[in-house]
Amino acid sequence: MAGLLPRKWDITDIGLEEGAKGLSPDKIRTVIKKVLNGEGLARIKAYVDTCIHCGLCSVACHHYLSNDCEPRFAPVGKIKNTLWEMIKNDGRVSPEFIKQAAEIAYTECNLCKRCSMYCPFGIDMAWMLSVVRRICHLCGVVPQYLQDTANSHSVTMNQMWVKQDEWIDTLQWQEEEAQGEIPSLRIPLDKEGADIMYSVIGPEPKFRAQLIYSAAVLFNVAGLNWTMPSFDGWDNSDMAMYSGDWEVMGRVKKAHFEAAMKLKVKKIVMGECGHAFRSVYDVGNRWLGWKMHPIPIIHAVQFYYELLRDGKIKIVRKIKEPVTLHDPCNIMRGRGLMDCARYVVKAICEDFREMYPNREHNYCCCAGGGVINCGPPWKKKRVESNKVKAEQMAATGAKIVITPCHNCHSGIEDIIHYYKLPMKNVFIIDLLMQCIEIPEELRA
Amino acid sequence: MYDLVRGPLLWVSFIVFIGGSIVRLAYLAYLAKKKDHTVLTYANFKFGLRSIFHWLVPFGSTNMRLRPVFTIVSFLFHIGLIFTPIFLLAHNILWYQSWRISWWTIPDWLADIMTVVVILAGVYLFVRRRVCKEVRYVSSASDYILLTIAVGPFLTGFLAYHQWLPYKAMLTLHILCGEIMLMAIPFTRLDHMLFFWLTRFYMGSEFGGVRHVKDW
Repeated sequence: MAGLLPRKWDITDIGLEEGAKGLSPDKIRTVIKKVLNGEGLARIKAYVDTCIHCGLCSVACHHYLSNDCEPRFAPVGKIKNTLWEMIKNDGRVSPEFIKQAAEIAYTECNLCKRCSMYCPFGIDMAWMLSVVRRICHLCGVVPQYLQDTANSHSVTMNQMWVKQDEWIDTLQWQEEEAQGEIPSLRIPLDKEGADIMYSVIGPEPKFRAQLIYSAAVLFNVAGLNWTMPSFDGWDNSDMAMYSGDWEVMGRVKKAHFEAAMKLKVKKIVMGECGHAFRSVYDVGNRWLGWKMHPIPIIHAVQFYYELLRDGKIKIVRKIKEPVTLHDPCNIMRGRGLMDCARYVVKAICEDFREMYPNREHNYCCCAGGGVINCGPPWKKKRVESNKVKAEQMAATGAKIVITPCHNCHSGIEDIIHYYKLPMKNVFIIDLLMQCIEIPEELRA
Repeated sequence: MYDLVRGPLLWVSFIVFIGGSIVRLAYLAYLAKKKDHTVLTYANFKFGLRSIFHWLVPFGSTNMRLRPVFTIVSFLFHIGLIFTPIFLLAHNILWYQSWRISWWTIPDWLADIMTVVVILAGVYLFVRRRVCKEVRYVSSASDYILLTIAVGPFLTGFLAYHQWLPYKAMLTLHILCGEIMLMAIPFTRLDHMLFFWLTRFYMGSEFGGVRHVKDW
């Protein structure tokens, strides 16, 4: 049986505690064998047999760098303490071990894949830890908050237990608010044959409704033929992808794609969310058997870039304060939108400062990968495990950090508060709203 | 003993090395087809080869530039390990005697230098494994054994060539070490010699073809 590690943070999570209580060694072994002999077997074999234990991946990881370079936080250290032990013991590990593996896989790795760029063999350690998450999910050992989010997806098809009437009401509320600025503004619901379906993540109607207002202004100013679905499938997020509940992930993604098909739109534009983009672009589509997304989908950053490039919106003011940009993993390392983001940011900011390392070599925000969704119990660990990000941001001297991703936004907000950095963070659209021209004929 | 290692055991080791490598690769291909279609679906020659190229060129990746000493040592180690035995004059003569085939050779002084470099690099890797805590943390007995297997033929070859110890015994030991290494390649983590190309190719395909970014 594999030994246990000393704990650095004494955190209790009822999801892990109660889940582990229901486990027997036999059940664990059955799950591990099933997962490790299932889909992905070729990669698991090649990766475990190829890794020469050189430790070169260590410097890639913000958890490792922020925790005084403790080896157990290095990517390979985390694989050693989870997957290697499971394989070495042929699945014979204790419920306590699964609890520990869950803590490592859910809270000490953001699945950001930076380590794959530092491993000479290109071993996909983040993917291996997502396989560990799959094992933990099938064992029923998942942090409570994350599991609750996955449950919400399963029941309501959105992340935040938003009911349909609340969703429609929120859209109409934001429409009404925005009509104060542009009287003719509409948020068209279920408009069949529109060019664009705009989709957002569950937390937007729940507690960031002003982002829907801003998006509506942008669409109306640009004069686009767009719509939002009033029915299930409006939420593009997918925390089930991160909890390891890939069946629910598939259902959620299917609902999203089908909403667009039902409305017969030409493409989906997504709000500023990174993991949602990953779920439609890289993970969920594959689960459903699509090589790529079945209908064109673009992320907000690319959308803003195209609007500016094509002259659909005009910039009349620029942000004067020094600004820096955080590159979200899922749309930079995951999609290569680095130049689109810089095009937009430079168009609206006078004093743009890069933070280093940047672009696809960025450090993760430490909130993504479902880590922030593990909830308040893990918050201290999460912000302390990203000291490097705080140092990196402070070094820019910027007053504003742009975080074009919801998880990054919340995570970096926590980092700013915890490390008392003299800056605030915003979405790109927050700045766009201050900078674009709203033509006179549209104004009240 | 010499006749044994020079005769049948040599045959065995080459058959195990080549046959084992083919079996390992074929089995992996079979697994990929049966259980891991993702790998085949996203394989992309342009981006796969681009990634391999960047990781074969010294200082071609960010991580290599972060650690210049390790990069130099690691490249010298691998270059010496692969090319010295292939282009050594003495080995070539053996090939010629047995099969009447031969190819380019490197002068003995160069082979001597390369051998010493491999041994010193091996010492460096050993010390690094003991001293660097992130490496030590994930090191087990197998890692030290693999390093010994890799350096063994060079140490014994060097001693045999310079005849500082009983020549015949050292020569026998040298051949035996070489045979052990050959046979170990397909069945230990020395198989990274075979799998490097595949894992790098796949990650290059994903990063280039799907993610539209570099992976170096």
